Amino acid sequence: MNETTTPTAQSLIASSLSKGDGNIPGVNSGRAAQIVMEARDLSVYYGDFLAVRQATFSIARNEITAFIGPSGCGKSTILRSLNRMNDLIHSARVVGTVLYRGIDLYGPLADPGEVRRRIGMVFQKPNPFPKSIYDNVAFGPRVNEKFTKSELDGVVEDSLRKAALWDEVKDRLKASAFSLSGGQQQRLCIARALAVNPDVLLMDEPCSALDPIATGRIEDLMREIKSEYPIVIVTHNMQQAARVSDMTAFFSVESTGDTNRPTGMLVEYDRTVDMFSHPHDERTLSYVSGRMG
Amino acid sequence: MSFSPSQEAIELLDNLLPSGAQQRRRIYERVVQTVLMCTSFITVIVLFAVAGSLVPPTIDFFQEVSFGEFFGRTEWYPLFEPPAYGIWALMSATFLVMTIAIIVAVPGGLAAAFFLNQYASDRVRRYLKPTLEILAGMPTVVFGFFAVNFVSPNIVQKLWPFGEVDFYNALSAGLVVGIMILPMMTTLAEDAMNSIPKALIEGAYALGPTKREVCTGVIFPSALSGIIASIVISLSRAIGETTIVLLAAGASAKFTLNPAESVQTLASFIGFAGIGDQETDSTGYRTIFAVGTFLFIITFILNIISIRVVRRFREVYE
Ligand SMILES: Nc1ncnc2c1ncn2[C@@H]1O[C@H](COP(=O)(O)OP(=O)(O)OP(=O)(O)O)[C@@H](O)[C@H]1O
Ligand SMILES: [Mg+2]
Repeated sequence: MNETTTPTAQSLIASSLSKGDGNIPGVNSGRAAQIVMEARDLSVYYGDFLAVRQATFSIARNEITAFIGPSGCGKSTILRSLNRMNDLIHSARVVGTVLYRGIDLYGPLADPGEVRRRIGMVFQKPNPFPKSIYDNVAFGPRVNEKFTKSELDGVVEDSLRKAALWDEVKDRLKASAFSLSGGQQQRLCIARALAVNPDVLLMDEPCSALDPIATGRIEDLMREIKSEYPIVIVTHNMQQAARVSDMTAFFSVESTGDTNRPTGMLVEYDRTVDMFSHPHDERTLSYVSGRMG
Repeated sequence: MSFSPSQEAIELLDNLLPSGAQQRRRIYERVVQTVLMCTSFITVIVLFAVAGSLVPPTIDFFQEVSFGEFFGRTEWYPLFEPPAYGIWALMSATFLVMTIAIIVAVPGGLAAAFFLNQYASDRVRRYLKPTLEILAGMPTVVFGFFAVNFVSPNIVQKLWPFGEVDFYNALSAGLVVGIMILPMMTTLAEDAMNSIPKALIEGAYALGPTKREVCTGVIFPSALSGIIASIVISLSRAIGETTIVLLAAGASAKFTLNPAESVQTLASFIGFAGIGDQETDSTGYRTIFAVGTFLFIITFILNIISIRVVRRFREVYE
């Protein structure tokens, strides 16, 4: 069962960015030109189970997009299909289109490795390699490009500075990454993701294991880097979504008749201010107001 | 003011005291615990019994043969007149066969482990893993005949580029010992790779490397201690292997590192002399124990190293 037709290389490049649904009601019309990624009717299956059905949204330059919604509604699933991390799960299957600068990420022109280099990811739990702080950050640049030692030093320092970790670790770059605190490890993982110079940054509940101070630092960091990297963040924290994001996508679950496992769906997608003050959908309103307390 | 327990407390206490059935369960639990403890002690006792039975004949042996002769010479004719007891003849052969085996098993085992861990589809993995386990359980005598009847005449004697090859030779023995330990090496190395947290591997792939780069850059260093342990365990298996070497490398003890020659290792000497007709009260007979002690010490040291390494490995992720 294959719902996507394989398009030709020409049509892939030709799919214009402005054709998508960049013109969301109430969003300034200039946004269409800023769109970096677009998902169109994106559905993800695990085996026969339809985990999320037909999500359509876009990600623009200079914006932080928040994914919110109850547990199990498919936020991580959709996020992971934006940089082909789902390829690592054998049972996962993606239907629909993800366009990155007009190129179909699941088409013949896209190499999964290159996709992941350009669209970086930070995970819920900090997952540094059992290597030194320096080698953690240097891993990506080393495999992706040929750098001289001093160039690499520069990239490592730069990335650690962007992740607001440099001052804390500059004297012990050779120390094991495991010697850092949880919050520092998470910032190290952000530095590691930034070191390959991605175009987009995906973050799956990056602060859920952190205390409020560390969370605050990471939120500041996100605001600082969003002009360079559009960010998508999954969060269960409504205040966080309201604080940092420009756009919000609310996912929920609906029970389909035939299976008892509910399928996730994108309920509403709009500017964060509108989503939190006067959403169009009842379900968004009750979720947002319920969770905001 | 005196304290007297309330009626409620007394009832509660009654309920907390063990009933008859509970008491029986407790006794049963004790019995099980004792039996389990005894069985685990048996292993330890057997180990000490083996070690202990080696010691007296070894001491006797060294009263007749000096350390200087044993460790200082390279000729080994313990069962001839006049005898020579230079352990280096057996040591060189042991080293030779072990090295050949390791050259086969380590790269082969690592490649197979990387394949199973990162490249193989679930389907392939499902078939390959049990196949490896069957191979690991194959009797070594089968491997021995494979070495003599196939590897030596069809491969080693045909392809050896440097002159004559003995029919019984160290190379055939080493190659087949390597094949014999390959499944174990693969399984152990793959287990080490499998114990790396999945999140870590995902984090690596998220940076855009190829599978090969993840294998060499993240999986190999993260599983390094486990991989070293699997090499050491394979090594001690190779050193102790008797049947294959006895069948394929013959029984001429000589100090050489030439893989084309027939040789005798520590283990294959024991196998060879052990089935011979030594008088139990002869120096020749006691030689077997001396060599056994030597082999025991070598494998013991190797196992201690591997335990140390594994322990260090555990510390990494906890
Ligand atoms: N590897 C997998 N194999 C099979 N089903 C999966 C897999 N991963 C997720 N699912 C299922 O897909 C659905 C969506 O899961 P997902 O992890 O995307 O939810 P989520 O919105 O991120 O939840 P949470 O907020 O708890 O992280 C769930 O029903 C989940 O059970
Ligand atoms: Mg999730």
